[in-house]
Amino acid sequence: MTALQKDRGPGSPVAAGPDAPPDAAPPVRTPRGRGTRRYWWFTPWLYLLAPLVLLVTFTYLPIADMLGYSFTDWDGISPTHENVGAENYTDLFTRPELFKVFLVSGVYLVASFVQIAAALYFATVLSFKARFRNLFKGILFFPYLINGVAIGFVFLYFFQPGGTLDSLLQVVGLHGHHLWLGDPDLVNKSLAGVSVWRYTGLNMVLFLGAIQSIPPHLYEAAALDGANSWQRFRHIIAPSIKPIISLSVILAISGSLAVFEIPYVMTGGANGSETFVIQTVKLAFKFDKVGLASASAVVLLVLILIVTWIQRRLVPEERVELS
Amino acid sequence: MTTTATPQTRSPRRTPAPRAALAGAAKYLSLVLAAGVVVVPLVVILLTSLKTGQEVGTGGPLTLPHDWFNLDNYVNAFQQGNMLQAFVNTTIILVVSTAGTVLIGSMTAYAIDRFEFRFKKLVVGLFLVATLVPGVTTQVATFQIVNDLGAFNTRWAPILLYLGTDIVSIYVFLQFIRSIPVSLDEAARLDGANSFTIYRRIILPMLKPAIATVVIVKGITVYNDFYIPFLYMPSSELGTISTSLFRFKGPFGAHWETISAGTVLVILPTLIVFLALQRFIYSGFSAGATK
Repeated sequence: MTALQKDRGPGSPVAAGPDAPPDAAPPVRTPRGRGTRRYWWFTPWLYLLAPLVLLVTFTYLPIADMLGYSFTDWDGISPTHENVGAENYTDLFTRPELFKVFLVSGVYLVASFVQIAAALYFATVLSFKARFRNLFKGILFFPYLINGVAIGFVFLYFFQPGGTLDSLLQVVGLHGHHLWLGDPDLVNKSLAGVSVWRYTGLNMVLFLGAIQSIPPHLYEAAALDGANSWQRFRHIIAPSIKPIISLSVILAISGSLAVFEIPYVMTGGANGSETFVIQTVKLAFKFDKVGLASASAVVLLVLILIVTWIQRRLVPEERVELS
Repeated sequence: MTTTATPQTRSPRRTPAPRAALAGAAKYLSLVLAAGVVVVPLVVILLTSLKTGQEVGTGGPLTLPHDWFNLDNYVNAFQQGNMLQAFVNTTIILVVSTAGTVLIGSMTAYAIDRFEFRFKKLVVGLFLVATLVPGVTTQVATFQIVNDLGAFNTRWAPILLYLGTDIVSIYVFLQFIRSIPVSLDEAARLDGANSFTIYRRIILPMLKPAIATVVIVKGITVYNDFYIPFLYMPSSELGTISTSLFRFKGPFGAHWETISAGTVLVILPTLIVFLALQRFIYSGFSAGATK
């Protein structure tokens, strides 16, 4: 939100206000549509036709279809399918091998809190005077822009037995090869580590934007009161950027439920690294269990909606309402 | 963004100097350490891409390549990995879907912000609720729809999906269009302009900063996307950057020098774009993510 406001620097539409006729209303918002009613009733629909068709076809229709499929035993190919009631749902929650993907999400969830903490730390450090500020900011953010498959390969090599990580550990005197991706106890932690590597920079940039919109005089007042940097963080920065921290937490939770790319590229879901989405994709496209996969996707969707709903309840948004 | 006034650290005078120095050292140590964590895995891949197969087999990952200008692996990756085809496919999809996203996003924002009409609340609500639905959750059913449309295994599948599921850019445009004074529209209307002329001559040009944001965010997202091309374009002639690179896993198996070269080839354009457009990229992604 703050970042958007910042985009509007000089040359932004607001600044262009004086170009308007002198007798026009001041650049403050006038109520919608008053005095501009010279169009047919269908004019707005001409603009909305394509967007709405796409929206319905690729967002709402799939949800409706998916709900329908989730109560059937459809395999995705045969023209007929049986209604099986809630069987797919009971399968999902009672068959341990289907349910265990949630435990994997737990590992990613823990990692995402590490990631948010690291991002907060670096955002705080980099928002004050520091040498090479922009260089560090750039380096930490760059992983977020890298292609996921490329990241997968980079870390496949990194975690290989005798690979980069093992060699680095050897340099500091920690010998022994670890099966970073082969050991079911380690694999998800290694993969979650890759997520931290990839997303910390994004969170940092979001936090940085928010921190920079804090009025500087607050820091000056705090300095006069003799606040140290922890107190400054605790009493000025943290409360000011609370909305964006809560947004990050939500994104972290829904993100941990929807992990797909990195584990799929790196391990294909082997050794217990299968996530919810990998499982769903496999059920639907490999084992032709569209019914079960749909039920699984519905569960994921509902979980993410619940999480988002809780966030909206806990942290009232300051966002301007639409329309 | 970087030019905005940054809060300065005013260290209170009574802080003892050695403590401040220690804190400063710890701060830089943490920054250098973090930068190392980011850079080392990438540098190792770069080193590996310059080594010969034999060097990779015998030396450790941290050894330096014998010949720093050994580009054989790149030639190999580019030709055998069908990277040219991949870059062409990705470019086509990227250009069409980015242009489409700008068009659709700005039209939607224009219609919603500048007109009063029946069911407006419903339309706004539909777009609003759609932001809550993550794309990955609906793919099972979306797949059937794409299939029914006959778009499966054509470039239309990703293009349609990128166009149809990008609600975030509609938001970016909506936020921005509200700051354009309605008086401009009214002035043009008095001069006899119809709504399309106003959209094309006034709104679109004024939306330039928002368009830049959307193009950057969308461009990087499409360039990096793996899920959609992987599911919807299995045929190898339709490989994009992501799926073609993913296919390296088979034929090149343990040939890490070739895989590394392919990986560097894919990362390099991103790095160039990032270095050239750094400022816009930060603000673009924060605008996109907070919506």
